[in-house]
Formats: sequence, structure tokens, C-alpha cells
Amino acid sequence: MNLLLLLLIPALTGLAIGFFPAKQSRLLALTGSGIQFGLCLFLLNNFLQQPDATLSGALLFQNDFVWYRALNIHLHTGIDGISLSMVLLTAFVVLAGVLVSWNIQKMSKEFFILLMLLSAGAYGFFISLDLFAMFFFLEIAVIPKFLLIGIWGSGKKEYSATKLALMLMGASALLFVGLLGLYMNQNGAESFSMIALAANPAPLAVQKFFFPFAFIGFGVFTALFPFHTWVPDGHSSAPTAGSMFLAGISMKLGGYGCLRVATYLMPDAAHYYAPWIILLAAIAILYGAFATMMQTDLKYINAFSSVSHCGFVLLGIGVLTKTGIAGAVIQMVSHGLMTALFFAMIGMVYERTHTRDISKMGGLLKAIPFISTLFVMVALCSLGLPGFSGFVAEMMVFIGAWENTNTLYRIATLAATASIVVTAVYILNAVGKVIMGPVKKESFMQLKDAAWYERSAALLLIAGILLIGLAPFLITNLIEPGTQSIMDKITIITK
Amino acid sequence: MNYLQEILVISTALFFIGIYGLLTRRNIIAILMSVELMLNSVNINFVAFNKYLFPNSLDGIFFTIFIITIAAAEEAIAIAIVINLYRNHNSVDIESTTLLKF
Amino acid sequence: MNYAQYIPLLLVLPLLSFAVLGIWGRKHLKNTSGILGTLVLLLLSIVAVSVAGHYFFVAEKLNDGYQSILALNIPWLTFGYKNLSIDMGLLLDPISAMMLVVITVVSLMVHVFSLGYMKGEERYPTYFAFLSLFTFSMLGLVLSANIFQMYIFWELVGVSSYLLIGFYFTKPTAVAAAKKAFIVTRFADLGFLIGILMLGIQAGTFDFLTLIERLTNPESEAFISMQAAGFLGISAITWALCLVFVGGAGKSAMFPLHIWLPDAMEGPTPVSALIHAATMVVAGVFLVARLFPIFHFNPTALNLVTWTGALSALFAAIIACTQTDIKRVLAYSTMSQIGYMMFALGVSGYGGEAGLGYTASLFHLFTHAFFKSLLFLGAGVIIHAIHSNDVKDMGGLRHALPVTHICFLIACLAIAGVPPLSGFFSKEEILLAAWQDNPAIYAIGLFTAGLTAFYMFRLYFLIFWNKPNTKPIHKEGSLWMKLPLIFLAAVSIVAGFIPFSQLVTSDQKPFWSSFHLLFSIAPLAMVILGIFMAYRLFKTPGEKAAALALRMGRLYQAASHKFYVDEVYLFVTRNIIYKMIGKPAARFDKQIVDGGVNGLGNGTRVFSEKIKGLQNGRIQWYLLVFLGGILLLSIVFIGINKI
Repeated sequence: MNLLLLLLIPALTGLAIGFFPAKQSRLLALTGSGIQFGLCLFLLNNFLQQPDATLSGALLFQNDFVWYRALNIHLHTGIDGISLSMVLLTAFVVLAGVLVSWNIQKMSKEFFILLMLLSAGAYGFFISLDLFAMFFFLEIAVIPKFLLIGIWGSGKKEYSATKLALMLMGASALLFVGLLGLYMNQNGAESFSMIALAANPAPLAVQKFFFPFAFIGFGVFTALFPFHTWVPDGHSSAPTAGSMFLAGISMKLGGYGCLRVATYLMPDAAHYYAPWIILLAAIAILYGAFATMMQTDLKYINAFSSVSHCGFVLLGIGVLTKTGIAGAVIQMVSHGLMTALFFAMIGMVYERTHTRDISKMGGLLKAIPFISTLFVMVALCSLGLPGFSGFVAEMMVFIGAWENTNTLYRIATLAATASIVVTAVYILNAVGKVIMGPVKKESFMQLKDAAWYERSAALLLIAGILLIGLAPFLITNLIEPGTQSIMDKITIITK
Repeated sequence: MNYLQEILVISTALFFIGIYGLLTRRNIIAILMSVELMLNSVNINFVAFNKYLFPNSLDGIFFTIFIITIAAAEEAIAIAIVINLYRNHNSVDIESTTLLKF
Repeated sequence: MNYAQYIPLLLVLPLLSFAVLGIWGRKHLKNTSGILGTLVLLLLSIVAVSVAGHYFFVAEKLNDGYQSILALNIPWLTFGYKNLSIDMGLLLDPISAMMLVVITVVSLMVHVFSLGYMKGEERYPTYFAFLSLFTFSMLGLVLSANIFQMYIFWELVGVSSYLLIGFYFTKPTAVAAAKKAFIVTRFADLGFLIGILMLGIQAGTFDFLTLIERLTNPESEAFISMQAAGFLGISAITWALCLVFVGGAGKSAMFPLHIWLPDAMEGPTPVSALIHAATMVVAGVFLVARLFPIFHFNPTALNLVTWTGALSALFAAIIACTQTDIKRVLAYSTMSQIGYMMFALGVSGYGGEAGLGYTASLFHLFTHAFFKSLLFLGAGVIIHAIHSNDVKDMGGLRHALPVTHICFLIACLAIAGVPPLSGFFSKEEILLAAWQDNPAIYAIGLFTAGLTAFYMFRLYFLIFWNKPNTKPIHKEGSLWMKLPLIFLAAVSIVAGFIPFSQLVTSDQKPFWSSFHLLFSIAPLAMVILGIFMAYRLFKTPGEKAAALALRMGRLYQAASHKFYVDEVYLFVTRNIIYKMIGKPAARFDKQIVDGGVNGLGNGTRVFSEKIKGLQNGRIQWYLLVFLGGILLLSIVFIGINKI
């Protein structure tokens, strides 16, 4: 199967939305993302039927075009289990995002075109095996966010949009330096190809110099402490679908990059800098959790908790054990689904009550039971309740981290583990104030419960969360060859 | 007789006189005239170099003619701008046209 | 062997019932959901009782001992480290078989009772769905074959408890209580989790049987490495066991993690009977019993268990004497009785008669489940009748609620330990075990036994005798509500005659426990003294009790304020965690991290403000700068060429 189809469909959908009247754009967007969703499932099916898929970390369905010959830039695509799970995550979030935005009134045509552009960027990023192409798609996924927040956002949207765009652009600049460093240091055979770079890693000194650029560059995307400050503002100002994309997909671009580019291509430097990564991750986890505890705006709560949860991704990568890395990947998928659902639910609540301040809400379970039930479910997923995906991911990271007997790692793991209590505090606080308690306003009782499109979006995402939570072996089996090949790289270098 | 050195001194003097005018005059017409001075000093250079260094070719002469032509065209455009400026500002003082800033 | 194939039903049925009632209950099963849930539970109890019966009486034994049967084991999550994996298994052994009976029978009684008690509730179907979820999680917990699986169900039990405590979600106190219960137990679970990580990773397995086998064999690699490794002079195994016990202590409301239990009484009363009296709160005891062979090898951890249990027993009993909320008295009494179970485990040896404490502990767990749920259901009837929780509003209710009166009396006698009711036998065994191991513990146990009798009969006399305060609004209620009371009362009477040492023992081999008539004199005397004092003080209205309380002075004050433990917690969370960690973190984020980025932006703006003066629009100024630049460059380049 040709992976470029994954790029073609969002592009065609975007074009079609452009040519048809604005009334039809939501239908077109739904059709397009639905087809894309089906295609991703088809891809999964195809992938699982490949004999190599489970045997080794081979990258399947490869396709290689020369993009710019003079600089040896290719459009090289291919997937393994890890990128496939990311692609599937994107498909889930995009479809749900389109459904949630069903009722958007303002410039709906442009809105859906931007969503399609964003999704194309994300798909392209995950399937690229060429660093330049990867960078290109990363940037494609950044720019529409500025517009989404700036035009359709709420609150201090201009400030947030600018902050987000500037910080992500700054990160991209750092990242590009890192990528160029990899590109330039190959004894004359300059190449952006991930496969070539993995087969022939750069010398230690080069790795040491360029690793921080690449890691921090990607790290900013995934809310690496202390570069996380775009997360709360960006998420809270973005429209619902924008927040879902931002937290569900964009932050995963960073995590995936940290794993696939920084760690995989510079394994020596990853070992060298691992203590720092762990330190920052542990700080992000605990600090994000404590900062969340003090928030009163629902979107800020989820945004800060994303900082905390994405810390688990970095922790999993930083511990450099197979379980830890698998945990990081699962946490990315899990957090992507969960946080997208959380933002969707917050959006639904906000649309009805016109407030996001938890002290102004109360007793919503009585008024809008469906939304409230899903809200409670996703909140419980966020605090890591077994049966939901968050638990699996967190436990894998904990076990992966605990495998490493180094004292620093142990302390960092303990600190990270302690976050489960703090998480419980802020999540239950929010649930207690918003969903439970006496009905704050008479008018709440007149609110309408979720419409069909909101229901389907929520059910789609919760289905994904439950699937991972109840049968985690499905996803661990899928990503196992990929993590194994990363592990091989890391361990060989160690010896 | 080779008068190249003397001619170059004159043209250099002419050039800097032009620059001085360009930087100090307030009247746009005067500034244009200073530009003409600078162009003419270049013309003198072209002719002088052609005569003393490459007596067998005519390239320098040609360039001089080009410059004279282009200077005339430029002057025509410049005068047109100045007239428009005068219509808008009622003055040909360069200090009155500092709108293009921050 | 083939009866084991029915065990998965024990989990499938309640889960199915939860899903059906949860999804369709609200719309389509508004009135039938209660009956449906109860029928499922009836079926479940039949399966559970027959599985347990078959296990104990029919199935073959190995070397005269009960075998542990692994009915199912599916790999759920595997890790690429030491072949470590989390499996979903079902382990049937004497303690889980016993727990099956306790859980399903009590749950069935609570379901039946709820049919009457919860009638007319708006969220009637949801209530039964949550009950099913709880039953599912609790059965999963006791059947877990794997410590991580147990943790999973442990959390699920916690969340069902959260949902049920917060069932009356529009009541702010209920919401706060639910939150408190979840967070306090979560805090304890943190210890549990770290303990599991230590045990699992060091021993290379999460499986209970393998874990016990490896960690009780002094020659095994895991045992040696866990003894050798250490932190702060305490070996890794001790740390791990103590941390695991912290988890158990949190769930079982042991001091000082007990603060959630009294508040949890905000939930519907049948829920308190099921979760906060009979099943979930004994999970800690079950956990220690499950890992008992490992604990037995570690005196330090076992001492912790003993003293935590003994202190909690005494502490809770003292508080219970002063409380006036009927459900809170029962809650503290639960805590006290669980304390008994804990220290019984702590003083126990392993194997044969030395394991008397183990048997006694689980025996007490068994009998306590019935009489305590009976007490709670009785309290439910009383609260239903007069719409108040406070004993001051009660009194003289024996005529209005005759059936409840008799059942309550039976339960009080049973918990006080009056022969021949069930509590007598189990408590007797516990005290005997304590006497054989540690006289100090025995003394605490004996004194607490007297206190137990005193506060239970204080409650009894204040409710059913004394002077009537409120006229009952309701009668005793329908047959649905009486039936469970009568059944549980009957069980409370006869349960003591079960030869428990034949069934549940530390090494799974039956033994005959001896019964000493002389030994019972001291506890019985304490019990009679306690009942007599309660009779004198509370049978008739009067100032005697108040005068006594006044004479106790400070002690009474402290006890009625629950020894200020709640205040300490409140101080720590409000003033230390929120003020010293949360707020600074938030402020740090606002000012330093956010401020850093904003500062960068502002810095750029200020800088550009400064240099924008260069761009003044005067063309001659530009020219001058341009020429100056050329001049400078030419000087530089000419200079370079010269050098």
C-alpha cells in the first residue's frame, strides 16, 4: 500500500472544501477524515499481515522519491509499529475533531481546510523517513495552529497564538540546527535519510554537541520543562478542535521526534544526557501536577496536566529501557486520545454553560448526564484508573524506570510515582466541583445533552481508550518490533 | 602629454562636491543637480580612461553616452516626482518628506 | 477439577450486569434494574457458594492440604525484562474461596435490602450498576493470581467506592467524603505500588505463587538480593513489605490512614454495609494474609502489622465511645475490629497450630462481615424510619421497629463477643493467639474487647431504650428490608460453629484448634463489665453519662474530636501542600517560566524601540550612513590587504 495516500486524502479533501460552498464543507471534511480513518484501519490490517511486521523492526511500505537532488533530499516514507500507532492516533483525533466542530459558524470553510492541512502535516511527519521531509511536515503542522487560535480562539487569543507560534518556531530553529548537524557530519555522504543515519551514527563528539538541539527542539513540542509555557495558554485559547489537535497530535510530534530522531539516531548522546532528561521529566511530572492543583479554569487544568502527563513520555524515553520506551509510546497514544476527549468534553461543557471556571459550575450530572458521564470517565482515565489506557502507559513507564537500578533513576521514579496522588487531587477536585455538587444555576437544568455528532466523537475516543486499557497486549504487540529495534541500537552502542 | 592624473583629481573633486550637495541641500532640485554632478564626474572618468589607457577602443565613450541618456530619462522622472511632491506638500524641501519611517 | 471452569462466571456476570444497567438502565430498565441486579447476584452467590463448597469439601486434597488452583491465566501485558508480565489469572485457594462466600452473600443481602431502601431514587438503575461494578471489582481482587492484577482491582474497588459514596452527588458533604476517601486510599496505594514494583522487579515475577515461593526460600536468588539490597539500613524486602502494608492499611482504614472511613458514611447506608463494613475495608487484611508467608519471614514488617493493628483497635474503640452519629460509631467499630484482624495476623506463626492467629484473623473477618453488615442494615432501617443519623434523636424505638430491634441486639451481642454467638469464637481465637505471642498485645485486645461491648451497648440502649425523642416517620419497611436482617442475624448466630481451622489455615493444611474454657473467663468478664456499664449509664435517661464524660475531662474531649487527626491532615494539606508547594509552583510558572518567555518578547520590543530611531525617514541621513558604511568597509578591507 502506498503511504502517500495518507497525504493525498487530506490534501484532496482540503481542495474539495475550497471549491464547494461553505455549507458543504463540514460534510466534506467528515467524509474525508472518515475515509482516512478507514484507510488507516486498512493500513493496520495490511501491516499485520506482512510477515516481517512482527519479526523485526523493519520499516514497511517504503517509498522513496528524490525531492531535491543537489542536497540529497528525499521524500522517503515507511512505517513500523510505532509510527503506525501514531498514524492511528491521528486518524482518531482528526475524525473526532471534525465531528466536534460540526456546528462551527465562523468561516467554516477556512477552518476545515486548516484542520485538513494540520492533519496532512501530522500524517506526513509520522510516515517520513527523511529528516528534511519530517521537518517540512512538522512546520506544516505548526502554521495552521497560529491561524486556528488567532481566528477561532477565545480569551487572549492573539497573545496565545503569537506565543505558541514563536515558541514552536524557535524550537524548530533549534531542531533544524540539530538536523543539519546530523546531515553535515557523515564524511562526505550528506544525507537526511534516517536509515542511513541509523546505520552509521555520527561520532560521539558530534552527537554530544547536536543532541541537545534536536532533543530540546522536539522537547518544546512535547512540553519539556521549562519550555512548556506555550501549552497552557495555547490550549486554553484554542477552539475545541484546535485544543484537541494541539494536545492530541502536536505534542506527540515532539515525543515521537525525541524518540525517533534524537534518541534513535544519537544513542551515545542519549546515554550521556539521560540523567538530565530524567531530571527534567521528573520535574515536569511533579511540577505540572502541582501547578494543575492551583488552576480554576478547566482548560488550564487539562493543559497543565498535559505537561505532567507528557513528562511520562520523556521519562520513558530517558530511562532507555525497552519497557520504558514502549511505555512512552503507549503514553503518547493514550494521552493523545485521552486529552483529545477531555478537551472535547470541556468544549461541550463550555458551549453550554459559557464558562470554564470550575467554581461557577456544579451539578452538571443532573442536567447533562451523557456529557457528565463521559467527563467523569475521561477524568478517571487521566488519574490513571485501571481499565483505561492511562494506567497501562503509566505502569509501563514506572516498571521501565524501576528496571534501571541507578539511584538517580530510582528517586526520579519515586517522584514521578508520587504524582498519581496529586493527579487524583486535582482531577477529583474538578469532577467534584463541575459534575457533582448542587446545581449552581437554575438555567443549567435547561441545557441540552450531547447531540449525535458530539456523542459519536466522544464514543469514538473512549472506545480507543478502553481498547488500550482493557487489552494492552494489542498495542504492545504492535509496537514491540519497533521498540526492539530502537533498543538494539541503544544497547549495541553501550557495549 | 598624459594629463590623466589631473583629470582624475578634477573628477574626484567634482564627485565629492556632488556628494556634499546631496547630503546638505534641502531643495530637491538642488539634490538632483548634485546627482548630475556625480554622474558627470563619472563621465569624465570614462572618457579619460578611454583616451589614455585603451586608446584603441570606444567602450568608455559609449558608456558616457549611455549615462547621459539615462540621466536625462532619470531627470525627467525625478522632476515629475518633484512636481507631484510639490502639489502635495507645497514645498520641494526634502525635510517635508520624512513620512516613510517606523 | 472441572468446577473451576465456572469461576470466570464470577467475574463475567457482574461485569455484564454493570454494562447492561449502566448503558440501558436509565432509559429502558428504570424499574426493573433492581430486580435484574439482584437476580444476577443471586445467581452469582449460588455459583460462589457451590464453588467454595466444592473446593472445601469435595475437591481432592494434596498431602492433606488444600491445593491452590489457578483457574485461568492470560498474559495481559508483558515486559521485555526478566520475562516479567502482568497476567490476568484466577486463583482459588482457601482464603479466596472464603472471601467469595462473604462477598457474594453480603452483596446479595445488600441488593435485596436496597430494593426496599433505595426505592423511588432518581438514579435507582445507576445505583445497582455501581453495586455490580463493586461486586465485580471485589471478586476480581480476591481471585487475583498476581499482585499487579490485585492492584488493578484494588484501584477499581476504590473507584466504585468513590462512586457509591458520592452517590448523592448534589450533597456537598457526600462529594467531599468521596473525594477524601479516594485521595487518602490513593496516597496509601502509592506505597502499595512502589512495594509492588520493588517486589516484582527484584523477584522477577508478579505472580503470587511464584513470588511466595521465591521469597520464602532463603537460597533463592531473589531472596538473597532483596535481603542484601537496602536503603537507610533497612533491607529492600522490609521496605517492600512495609510499603505494601501501607497500601493495605489505607484500604483497611488503619491508623493514621483511617480518616476517610467515618466520612465515607455519607454514602447510602446499604453501601456502607457492603463496602465499608464487610468487604472492601478488609482488603488490607486479605492482602497481608495473601502474602503472609513472605511477611512471616520478615519480623520487622510483621511487627509493623501487629502494632498498627493493635493501636488502631484501641484508638478507634475509644473514639467510638464518644460519637453520636450512629453510622460513625459503626465506622469506628469497623476500624477497631479490622485492627483485631490485623494484629491477629501479626502475632501469628506459620504452619500448624502456630498459625492460629492467621486462622483467627480470617475467622473474625468472616464473622465480622455478617454481624457488621447486619448492624449497618439495621442502622439503615432506623435512619429510614426517623430520618436522622444522630442517636440523640433516637430512643425507645423497640416498639416501633421490633424486628430490627431483635436483629440489632443479636448483632450487638455477636460483636461484643457473647457466647455462643459468632463473634465470641473468632475473638476468642484472636486473643488466644495474642496471648501466646505477646502479652502486651493481649492486654490491648482484652481492654478493647471491653470497650467494644461498652460502645455497642451504649448505642443499643440509646436507640432502643432510653426515652423516645422522635416519632418514627416510617414503619420498618417492606419484606425486602426485613428479610436480609433476619438472614444475617441467623448467620451471625451460627457462623461461630464453623470449624474454621479445618478450612482456612496459614499453610493450607487443616488442624484442630483447641478450646480452653478457662481462658475465656477474662474476656467474658470484660465484656460483661462493658455491657453492665452501658446498661447503667444509658438504659434510662439521666445525667450519669454526661457526668462521667465531664469527669473524664481532656480525654473525653480529645476522643470526641477523634483525637484531632482530621485537623492535622487539614493543616498539612491546606497549609503545607497547598501553600508551600502548590502555590509556589503555580507562581513560579506564572512569573518565572511564563515571565521568562514574556520577558524575551518584551526585551525584543524594547530593543527595537531603541533602534527604530535610526529609521527616521530622512533620505539624506540614510545616505550619510550608507557612505559612512562604505568608508568603513573600505578602510577595513584596505587595512586587511596591507597586513
